[in-house]
Amino acid sequence: MEQFMQQVVNGISLGSIYALIALGYTMVYGIIKLINFAHGDVYMFGAYIGYFCMTTLKLDVLPSLLIAMVCSTILGVAIEKIAYKPLRNATRIAVLITAIGVSLLIEYGTMFFMKAGVRTYPPMTGLMAQKFHIKGLVITMQQVLIVIITIILMVLLQFIVKKTRVGKAMRAVSLDRDAAELMGINVDTTISFTFAIGSALAGAAGILVGLYYNSINPLMGVMPGLKAFIAAVFGGIGIIPGAMVGGYVIGVVEVFVSGYLNSMYRDAIVFAILILILIVKPSGLFGRNVREKV
Amino acid sequence: MRNRLKTLINPNIIIRIISLALAFTVVQVLISVNVINSYLQITLATICINIILAVSLNLITGFTGQFSLGHAGFMSIGAYTCAIITMRYGTLWSFILGVFLGALLAALVGFLVGLPTLRLQGDYLAIATLGMSEIIRVVFVNLDVITNGAAGLSDIPQFVNWIWLFVFTAGVVWVIANFLNSSHGRACISIREDEIASSAMGINTTRYKVMAFTFGAFCAGIAGAMYSSYFYVIKPDLFGFLKSIDILVIVVFGGLGSITGSVLAAVLLAIMSTFLQAFSEIRMILYAVLLVAIMIFRPQGLMGSKEITIGMFNKLGNMFSSKKEV
Amino acid sequence: MPILKVEKLTKSFGGLMAVHNVDIELEEGELVGLIGPNGAGKTTVFNLLTGFYPPTKGEIILYKNGKEKHLQGLKPDIICKEGLARTFQNIRLFKDLSVLDNVRIAMHKNVKYGLVSSFFHLPSYIREERKLYDASMELLSIMKLDHKKDEFARNLPYGEQRCLEIARALATNPSILLLDEPAAGMNPAETAMLSDLICWIREKFKLTILLIEHDMSLVMKICERIYVLDYGMVIANETPELIKSNKRVIEAYLGEDVSDA
Repeated sequence: MEQFMQQVVNGISLGSIYALIALGYTMVYGIIKLINFAHGDVYMFGAYIGYFCMTTLKLDVLPSLLIAMVCSTILGVAIEKIAYKPLRNATRIAVLITAIGVSLLIEYGTMFFMKAGVRTYPPMTGLMAQKFHIKGLVITMQQVLIVIITIILMVLLQFIVKKTRVGKAMRAVSLDRDAAELMGINVDTTISFTFAIGSALAGAAGILVGLYYNSINPLMGVMPGLKAFIAAVFGGIGIIPGAMVGGYVIGVVEVFVSGYLNSMYRDAIVFAILILILIVKPSGLFGRNVREKV
Repeated sequence: MRNRLKTLINPNIIIRIISLALAFTVVQVLISVNVINSYLQITLATICINIILAVSLNLITGFTGQFSLGHAGFMSIGAYTCAIITMRYGTLWSFILGVFLGALLAALVGFLVGLPTLRLQGDYLAIATLGMSEIIRVVFVNLDVITNGAAGLSDIPQFVNWIWLFVFTAGVVWVIANFLNSSHGRACISIREDEIASSAMGINTTRYKVMAFTFGAFCAGIAGAMYSSYFYVIKPDLFGFLKSIDILVIVVFGGLGSITGSVLAAVLLAIMSTFLQAFSEIRMILYAVLLVAIMIFRPQGLMGSKEITIGMFNKLGNMFSSKKEV
Repeated sequence: MPILKVEKLTKSFGGLMAVHNVDIELEEGELVGLIGPNGAGKTTVFNLLTGFYPPTKGEIILYKNGKEKHLQGLKPDIICKEGLARTFQNIRLFKDLSVLDNVRIAMHKNVKYGLVSSFFHLPSYIREERKLYDASMELLSIMKLDHKKDEFARNLPYGEQRCLEIARALATNPSILLLDEPAAGMNPAETAMLSDLICWIREKFKLTILLIEHDMSLVMKICERIYVLDYGMVIANETPELIKSNKRVIEAYLGEDVSDA
């Protein structure tokens, strides 16, 4: 039982990371119907920025987090402006291939400048190194931090999407881009804003993972990126609460598979879940079925 | 009447034979006078294998319009099957058996995966096929008894030489080209053009999508078998997501829906990588930039959906001769 | 003798009844119109008949060679093989393929050679492809499109695209042809030519035709009988003369106030 609860705790920590990344996927897909393959690399970028803030600049965790989020935002918006915007009216396959290209460019660009090796985050000290022991469970300060920051960011996101003008614009554009444009919404700005929010969340996830696992490398974004996308599909792509739930489900499943079965099968099972969802209910847990108009 | 015959019997058939014979002779001569030395022969093998992979992926993605990101997975099935069989028996016949068994197994997996997933549209299919190839990879890592896990197999008997490569490459391209120039092939192409109209015209779209997918997987299996028998070392990581992207780059660069485009792109990109061998990171960066640049500035690739034909050379010739007159 | 009988056909999207208890009966060789205000459910009826939507309720029965065949719930390609062909409201040609290929693809279901033959171009391939080519060219020359056989469908002028779509539907060798607004976007001269063409292909190919159209001059001129659909229900089924004076039809098109005034 204790082991079970411990796995749940670990799963929720990992799930928080996936949820944060999945939100960016789901928002971008909702608004321009693109699987932004480069999103996982924005997350990796956030982890590297955090690394620099904490080692070279010797900053604290929170300022590093903010800087990482800002830098990731800039990268995300730049990707959108440079690579995706010229293809607004291109075929879906063309945009998807571009996304793969951008992803490779960021990965190998980082590898070129940073070298391929693993970098390690500085060891935690003081308050950050605390561990809580509750009835045999071990909860680290990093895990607490991950969950708290994730919850804060999600609440903030809900507020932005539901209550602000840009949030309304985002929802309008994702429902019907042409109609939104006719209603005087600046579609380009709205899309950029969506990328900005998604990238900020991914950047936050990046630094949190750095704190949690300590080591980062240029290809670290590939797998979590794909899994976060699976989380988004699981919850119903385009649906924000769906991405959160999906993220936690995938995180918990993954931890359980590594804990009770064989960690080698971790990735395979997550992909098997994806294929299963796509076959059984392609619109996801919270999604509605949409038919192509004849 | 002449016109009718021209459309029916592929007018390029003689040209095809001549150009294949020419290509074979030129390369053979270059090998025998050692212009293509043993180092460049590796590039040659890469070109042949990539041609098989690219043309078969083009059949799925460029002609039938089904976006697959899992082609390397099918390749790995062919590679492992052939390697395991030849390592056990070590005869030439076992190699031939291995190639076909590998291709059949790849096709079987393609069929089983394609049947449920090909109902999905565009990017969902892409992710599903990507997931499938990752699952195949993980299975190979974990079947250590016969695949030796993540370390992979080495000392696979080397049967494949330039002649085998040529025969299989030419054969695959020939058969795929024939298929596309038949009523069954046109049924596939109509799905890319408009799936709804296609089913309204009596075409069982699921059947033809699965058929193209299975056929493509079969050919990828052949390519994998060639790979394992030529390079005699394989491991699961060689057939990951990046390999699938590699193949996709060739197809997109050559033009979705152009067989000759895929062949041309396979040659050009292999030459480019040979020059950049020492700088693998720069090579990947260049690949990435190339991919994005093609999509932004020339989304149809080198050839679009056109094929290189003799008529094209005539036109080109006329252009030059008319310029001279001026 | 009826060739197609539709009974209590119903389709609901969520709570919306797009088509409600529709009964349609087509006699062999008839040319019937299906009209109604925008959103009345005409195209939905076509989509139900051709298998693009499964009906919520109701039956579609095809009478062929004295046998009954239920079509509801079958897939579009099967229904096409049973002899129902259609065109689309917003032309759906294979735009990047040649005119010839558009027609040849529609004839695919009659092709009698297997995959192996297509891989190696065996004699059966050559024989069958020759037949296919001749049949396609014959059809194209009937539709006066033979001189454009190598053009891309997207490069044809609008009127010819509509013709090619009809040719493509005919290539499936149907007994019933469903035309969805064939005259949309045509000028009066083109519409007149189209109405001649429709009458002529009916004779030539011994077809039963069901036609959705907004151009009343065309419908009144060529249809022998007209179904009027409003809010997913059939409100009239009469000859053109009677439809013109039918009170409910006028109400449906112009609103109730008009008949009161």
